[in-house]
Amino acid sequence: MRINSKWFVVLMVALLSLALVVSGCGGKKADDKTIKIGVMAPMTGDVKTFGESTVNGVKLAIEQAGGMAGDYKIEYVVADDRNDATEAVNAATKLISQDMVDAIVGSVTSKASIPVSKMANDSKIVMISPTGTNEKITVEDGKRKDFIFRACYIDPVQGNVAAKFALEKLNKKTAAILYDQSNDYTIGLGNSFKETFEKGGGKVTDLLAYSSTDADFNAIITNIAQKNPDIIYLPDYYQKVGLIGKQAREKGIKSVFLGGDGWDSPELDYTTMEGSYFTNHYSAEDPDPRKQDFVKLYKEKYKSVPDFCAVEAYDATNILINAIKNANSKDHEAIRKAMQETKDFKAVTDDINFDKNGNPTKSITILQIKDGKQSYMTTVTP
Amino acid sequence: MEYFLDQIINGLQLGLMYALIALGYTMVYGVVKLINFAHGDVFMVGAFVGYFGFTQWGLSVPLAVLTAMAVCSILGVIIEKIAYRPLRYAPKISVLISALGVSLFLEYFCSLKFVFGPNYRVVTRPFQEMHWNIMGVTITNIQVIVFFTVLIMLLLLQFLLYRTKVGTAMRTVSVDHDAARLMGVNVDNTISLTFAIGSAFAAAGGVLYAIAYPQIHPFMGIMPGLKAFTAAVLGGIGIIPGAVLGAIIMGQVETLTSAFLSSQLRDAIAFLILILVLLIRPTGILGRNEPDKV
Repeated sequence: MRINSKWFVVLMVALLSLALVVSGCGGKKADDKTIKIGVMAPMTGDVKTFGESTVNGVKLAIEQAGGMAGDYKIEYVVADDRNDATEAVNAATKLISQDMVDAIVGSVTSKASIPVSKMANDSKIVMISPTGTNEKITVEDGKRKDFIFRACYIDPVQGNVAAKFALEKLNKKTAAILYDQSNDYTIGLGNSFKETFEKGGGKVTDLLAYSSTDADFNAIITNIAQKNPDIIYLPDYYQKVGLIGKQAREKGIKSVFLGGDGWDSPELDYTTMEGSYFTNHYSAEDPDPRKQDFVKLYKEKYKSVPDFCAVEAYDATNILINAIKNANSKDHEAIRKAMQETKDFKAVTDDINFDKNGNPTKSITILQIKDGKQSYMTTVTP
Repeated sequence: MEYFLDQIINGLQLGLMYALIALGYTMVYGVVKLINFAHGDVFMVGAFVGYFGFTQWGLSVPLAVLTAMAVCSILGVIIEKIAYRPLRYAPKISVLISALGVSLFLEYFCSLKFVFGPNYRVVTRPFQEMHWNIMGVTITNIQVIVFFTVLIMLLLLQFLLYRTKVGTAMRTVSVDHDAARLMGVNVDNTISLTFAIGSAFAAAGGVLYAIAYPQIHPFMGIMPGLKAFTAAVLGGIGIIPGAVLGAIIMGQVETLTSAFLSSQLRDAIAFLILILVLLIRPTGILGRNEPDKV
């Protein structure tokens, strides 16, 4: 075979010029009085409802701020991470090196946020995850990532509250825990639930792992059925929860299901999960006026009830805008400093103060699934 | 004891699910000597078409299954024409790479918004789930349906291969393309037909899978496809009853690992089997040293 050298040269020239064009585009930087915010969220995939409401929340916050943070005009770009760690890295690379954002709001899930947090920190870009609850997002191997913050509570707190609620309010003594062995979020919640539940005198009958590609849960469910625990703790996202819940009910398991914020979606299987409880960031039924005002505002714009992602994304964006305003600079270090110094910021979910790990101390809401919808139970301050 | 029997039934259900996919895998291999990696994705397309059939197009379940089978057999023939036929006399590795490409193409093409979309869909079951308690062991109507489907498919395939003219043609092609052509067999048509039948079986499996585990998405075919492939190798790839045997063993191994060892080891042990079979008995349980038989 003979390579046609003329065509080869033409092809190479074409490729090189394409590369030039692409990198040329990437070099375009926003002018001095514009600040660019990258929004990372799963717009498609298994938790796409989270991504949709996150972007809604961010947009609403920017709109409420009049599109301005201090003297700076806000511009935003959305990147889809599909709730996949690899996709998330790709999306973050694009935001950081091509769009040249000054700050990132995102990502939604811990799974996607953990790898991105490292990249943002290395590039000295302030990132605030609205709903990534895993501890590793801000602190990994005992080292704080200085540029990373979050707007929500962390998993150990969420797991503890769920365990205490099961023991004290529901008076349950035995529990089985199911978790996805490839997802940091469910591992974290499962472990903290186990710790608190056992410390409080409860008995964990089973700690069972599955993998995210599993569709058949019959074996582990039969295993659980034999021990008949009072509670099944199921801290996964809404799609998996419905699938497992259905198979469990079909096996005649009567245990009460308990879960975390990953349940909060209009696409949760409400018929199957009737009577279950889950911990969440807020409830649209909470009578607190701050929450009611937000729900009203959101409903007017989007004609739907805001879920936890919407409210946390709204809060996260406002915290960021407030920090940019206080710094009144687009210097990344100045924004970081202003973020860390956030004091009693009145967000919808709670008053925000960051601890040394970039985590706010917040109250947790407990919801029950009743008559095919979520109903507000109580708010707990851990 | 009841617990053990319950787990055996669970394993049987899972194994029969794998058998639905493994049958098509092994049949295509038997005739064309090609590991059709796109098989798991044809299975996914079948599940989606069936789902649209009984939810959105208002078809009855048998009709939805038939529609899915028809669509997928056409898809199977097209895949063969475009991706495999031009490479028929190329080195084996080229066809294998082409098959992987088709598999990835189907997954990502179906993820596009205007095709099926990348999102997970919850399947509303077209019929009520029922269970009976027989001597302390729970058996569901879905398990019964799956069992009989696999049985019928197995018998149909055996009948087709050994009692019909087309079957004879397929077996002839499996031995030698050129000799078959000299005997007056239309090799191209026979291979197309093999793909059509294999893909139709995958579609039937996909619809049943979607009913048994009511959630579908464009990447749902990967894991079951890999497991079914392992099952086919375990039973002896190219041997029809071997696929069912291998699949049942796989199902039991996975379930019993979850039940008595640890659910974390489930996939690890399943694929360990593949490696062990390849090392110890590459022709599989039912395989002889002359693996060219269908």
